[in-house]
Amino acid sequence: MLSIRNLQVTVDDKPIIQGLNLEIGAGEVHAIMGPNGSGKSTLSHVLAGRDGYEITGGEVLFDGQDLLDLKAEERAHRGIFLAMQYPVELPGVNNMVFMRESLNAIRRARGEPEFDAVTFMKRVREKARLVDLDDKLLKRNVNVGFSGGEKKRNEILQMAMLEPRLAILDETDSGLDIDALRIIAEGVNALRSPDRSMILVTHYQRLLDYIQPDYVHVLVDGRIVRSGDKQLALELEAKGYGWIAGEAAA
Amino acid sequence: MSSTQETVDELVQTGYEHGFVTEIESDTVPPGLSEATIRTISAKKQEPEWMLEWRLKAYRHWLTLDAPAWAHVAHPPIDYQAISYYSAPRKKTDGPKSLDEIDPQLLDAYNKLGIPLEEQKALAGVAVDAVFDSVSVATTFRKNLADVGVIFCAMSEAVREYPELVQKYLGSVVPHTDNYFACLNSAVFTDGTFVYIPRGVRSPMELSTYFRINEARTGQFERTLIVAEEGSYVSYLEGCTAPMRDENQLHAAVVELVAMEDARIKYSTVQNWYPGDEQGRGGIYNFVTKRGECRGDRSHISWTQVETGSAITWKYPSCILRGNDSVGEFYSVAVTRGKQQADTGTKMIHLGRNTSSTIVSKGISAGAGQNTYRGLVRMAQRAEHARNHTQCDSLLLGDQCGAHTFPYIEVRNPTAKVEHEATTSKISEDQLFYCRQRGLSEENAVSMIVNGFCKEVFKELPLEFAAEAQKLLSITLEGAVG
Repeated sequence: MLSIRNLQVTVDDKPIIQGLNLEIGAGEVHAIMGPNGSGKSTLSHVLAGRDGYEITGGEVLFDGQDLLDLKAEERAHRGIFLAMQYPVELPGVNNMVFMRESLNAIRRARGEPEFDAVTFMKRVREKARLVDLDDKLLKRNVNVGFSGGEKKRNEILQMAMLEPRLAILDETDSGLDIDALRIIAEGVNALRSPDRSMILVTHYQRLLDYIQPDYVHVLVDGRIVRSGDKQLALELEAKGYGWIAGEAAA
Repeated sequence: MSSTQETVDELVQTGYEHGFVTEIESDTVPPGLSEATIRTISAKKQEPEWMLEWRLKAYRHWLTLDAPAWAHVAHPPIDYQAISYYSAPRKKTDGPKSLDEIDPQLLDAYNKLGIPLEEQKALAGVAVDAVFDSVSVATTFRKNLADVGVIFCAMSEAVREYPELVQKYLGSVVPHTDNYFACLNSAVFTDGTFVYIPRGVRSPMELSTYFRINEARTGQFERTLIVAEEGSYVSYLEGCTAPMRDENQLHAAVVELVAMEDARIKYSTVQNWYPGDEQGRGGIYNFVTKRGECRGDRSHISWTQVETGSAITWKYPSCILRGNDSVGEFYSVAVTRGKQQADTGTKMIHLGRNTSSTIVSKGISAGAGQNTYRGLVRMAQRAEHARNHTQCDSLLLGDQCGAHTFPYIEVRNPTAKVEHEATTSKISEDQLFYCRQRGLSEENAVSMIVNGFCKEVFKELPLEFAAEAQKLLSITLEGAVG
């Protein structure tokens, strides 16, 4: 479904991703772990199409099609979703209205009929239960006055509403207490399906206790230096990133 | 980043959809201003002698004044002798007795603007007075209104038909000595709307005036007077557009509101005069004096304005809170883009006890637009326990524009309470990316964020016009991203 081949990315002429290769098949869950500054967030943003990154080499194919030429919204229309590390506040924009505009923009782009208000409301209520999000938050402005955990749950709610084909969760676990983490993980697990792939970007292996990945990759200096299964994450937890970084340098 | 710069550039190329010119024969007096011009206007309007004298007194005073220079706007000096002060569509008959006799070209012009003047096609519950250049060409639903005693007619007609009311109230809120442009208006005003709501009457419909400047080299100087007697209520809306022309045209209006005991006036404006092109050529100079007086106890005046047009806007819809427990409100969205300049805000003059006022101002600047909020809150010595809350927010789109805030606060009573809050923000790259990642185009994202920014003001507009204002804002800001 997603093929990243020899991807190279610079920010302000500084190389961040330096020849990254990754193949993700339909329905697979891949965890990408790495120390601070290893390029994890850059990878998430580049896949989602954020401006400000220069692609200096390589290619990214999504369903065999070149992804890098598409605008961020066009990638969203094709089913790419990024749950942000720092969900943004939109003062004055109602959360429910935002989700409806978003869903309908994507449906329009795909030539599907828009959701009417009733169908939409039913769906939001149903999905909000999945992440245990209070109805009151649906009526508030997007992320304004939300706690850290509420913001992250709101991201997973949007993911549930949009039903992406590829979901990238960028440090969704950061800043969460254990209860919030469990609720979010349950929400994410409920969304696992044979035609939905996921990339979990995380610094800690804690998240992976709740969401079992099929593969674990370790990113150091913009390259995947080791790939394995869940065991690799546990090993990292025990030995720290220095262990692999040292090997990679050698 | 680079894509952002491109979209900012696109912003100024957005078209102005009301820029057409109506080809209609008109009766236009030659440019120039003198006592003779004023006598001509007065004669054309078949005015009584007192009205002419009133005008001449204002004109003589105007000759002693200098144009104000304190506003945060820049423009070349205005040549008042180069302006024509009267232009009216030439009538084919003696004057339309009913809407059927109105020149079809005029009806067509208003239809194009989305303001059908045929009553059967009109927006339900809204009566319209259509002012074309210097004259009112039609006023709808007059009979329905007259049935409950509401007077809704052209100002020139009111001068002839209701002289005692006009003499009593005209200039009682904005005297001709008030300021340079109000004084000029007093001398040369041509038409406008007169509204009188009798005691205890709630106007059964929204009243509105639609102003259109059509002729080249003319100014529009209209005068609106609304009087709400004890315990009455009226909601009034005005809209304005003009053709695209290379020259600057002057619009210097005066609006006076009088609210007696327990009366309430809600006055809404959607101003979309031609703003000029991207080089700053042409556009309307909108120099307007608007003031309401809460004359009676517990009276209430509320101004809501959405200002998207004009090359330069200079206006401060104000409230004089004379009655005890009276309430003044000002809700404003002002947008400047391209080379537009706006210096706008309000004055809340608290004279009575327990008077309260609310100011919510939202300024949006894009392109090379300059947006200034200027507001005065004055608590007079006898304004015991008066309160004001001011909230003044600026949103910047792009890095060529400016937002300025000049709040003036004068408190002469120790029990008065004044609060002022102000914020300045930009639409951030993060916000845009967030919206686009959720499938929204950049334009939709900006329009959603801007509408969110203006929500507090839009909710004050009458329902029919809130949607129009939102649409207008999204057209105005098409491609404006920073």
